Amino acid sequence: MSGFANALASAAVVVTVAAVVALWRRRLRSILLALVVQGVGLGAVATLLAVHERDAGLVVVAALVLGVKAVLIPALLARVASASPDARESDPLVNVPASLVIAGLLTLVAFVAARPIVAIVGGPSGRLVPLGLATVLIGFFMMVARRRALSQIVGLLLVDNGVALTAFLVTSGVPVIVELGSSLDILFGVVVLRVLFARLSAIGVRDLDQLASLHD
Amino acid sequence: MNATRLVAGALQLALVVLGGPLLLGLMRRVRSRLEGRDGPRITQPWRDLVKLATKQRVRPTESSWIFGLAPLVVVATAGAVAVLAPLATLAPPLANSTDFVAVIFTLLVGSVVLALAALDTGTAFGGMGASRALTIGALVEPALLVAVLALSLPLHSTNLVAIVADGARHAPVLVGPSHLLALGSFVVVILAESGRLPVDNPSTHLELTMIFEALILEYSGPDLALVTLGESMRLVIWLGLFANLAAPWGVAASGAGGFALGAAVLVAKVAVLGVAVTVFEVTTAKLRLFRLPELLAGGFILAVFGVVTGAVMR
Repeated sequence: MSGFANALASAAVVVTVAAVVALWRRRLRSILLALVVQGVGLGAVATLLAVHERDAGLVVVAALVLGVKAVLIPALLARVASASPDARESDPLVNVPASLVIAGLLTLVAFVAARPIVAIVGGPSGRLVPLGLATVLIGFFMMVARRRALSQIVGLLLVDNGVALTAFLVTSGVPVIVELGSSLDILFGVVVLRVLFARLSAIGVRDLDQLASLHD
Repeated sequence: MNATRLVAGALQLALVVLGGPLLLGLMRRVRSRLEGRDGPRITQPWRDLVKLATKQRVRPTESSWIFGLAPLVVVATAGAVAVLAPLATLAPPLANSTDFVAVIFTLLVGSVVLALAALDTGTAFGGMGASRALTIGALVEPALLVAVLALSLPLHSTNLVAIVADGARHAPVLVGPSHLLALGSFVVVILAESGRLPVDNPSTHLELTMIFEALILEYSGPDLALVTLGESMRLVIWLGLFANLAAPWGVAASGAGGFALGAAVLVAKVAVLGVAVTVFEVTTAKLRLFRLPELLAGGFILAVFGVVTGAVMR
């Protein structure tokens, strides 16, 4: 196996394992750290593809991914988390060991479901596509199974990172304009969610389940 | 099996037996220093063992033969693994059939027998310790099995000697994601199985938190010496196996000079790992018992990802 394939696989695995770590840890700070690591892994995937394809546009994409997903978004969320430094996901809907086993099962599902895509794309990057899909599924699961608003936002970001990883691997890198669009989209999404989150905190809501019924 | 291999195995055994208590001494010394104390000498555990060995043997009146047998089994299983596993040499006796799973589960026999002995005494602490130890054991085992599977994927073989030798020849395997994830899982397993923080605090007799100390609470004198020796040997073997899987260089292929070098490298690796574990222990707090499944499930999922990526990348 070539060095490129090995490095690409390592970076893609970092992205997926970071998603699992986000599901594993309870402290919101640790979850955000996992998000940073995932952003760096995604940036590494883009950089490796840029070097391999000798594509200057992809270098810009890699820088954009690193800047937005590894620095900007986690920094925005860290400001929310710093309001309550020891905040943790105290009472998730699905407990942590069960979540991890489910994450493992979702990964297997991703591998089975991605078989046709792997067959079409082929090559060293095609074989890694299931990891992108697994990240998406784990992100969805995190959105469903966690109560904290911040964890749910992280779940959304995991989905986005998973989609980005899949796109990179399937197309051997995406055009700058596409990545710019999706990155800005998610950035604005996070800004809006952050404002919403700050408003919710102001009225004393941290657990989104509290919003399910009306109060006086 | 020829004579050289037997000699190499015997030397490995001597190294592990001598080094076990010294490793404990080193770890306690480093811990004391990090906490601002001077601490006992590195040889102190050996002095304690000698003192215990000369004392009278006292056993609980209601205990059966299992209680007396357990210390022997702990030392014997650890000793057998010390002879057979590729720690300082790649040519231990029976090198062609050193199955990874067999090696690891021989080590685990010691844990199970100790739990049985703790139940045998019929005391509250013994039962509590046995229940906790077996719970952890049951959670560790899947992680361990899957990690072994991930480590043996590149070679399609669970022969431990072959895995270590292959790692030394093909460095890229060592930095591959599959190998690293399996090793990460192995770290969790080692911390849990050798009763270190954050799973168990080896330096406390606080009844609410102790696990391993609760198991051996009824042992005294020569029996306690044997149990302590066996446990320290197991720690050396766990760390030695981990070191040889993570960085399999310097393990002797053949010859007396090679073995001397291999032994020196093994001592250095285990000492470094022991210090690393101690530093980690100083900086971490014990996990609540009911949070342990989270840690061990994390170890399990790392191993699962190790297997998955290993399967993808071939």
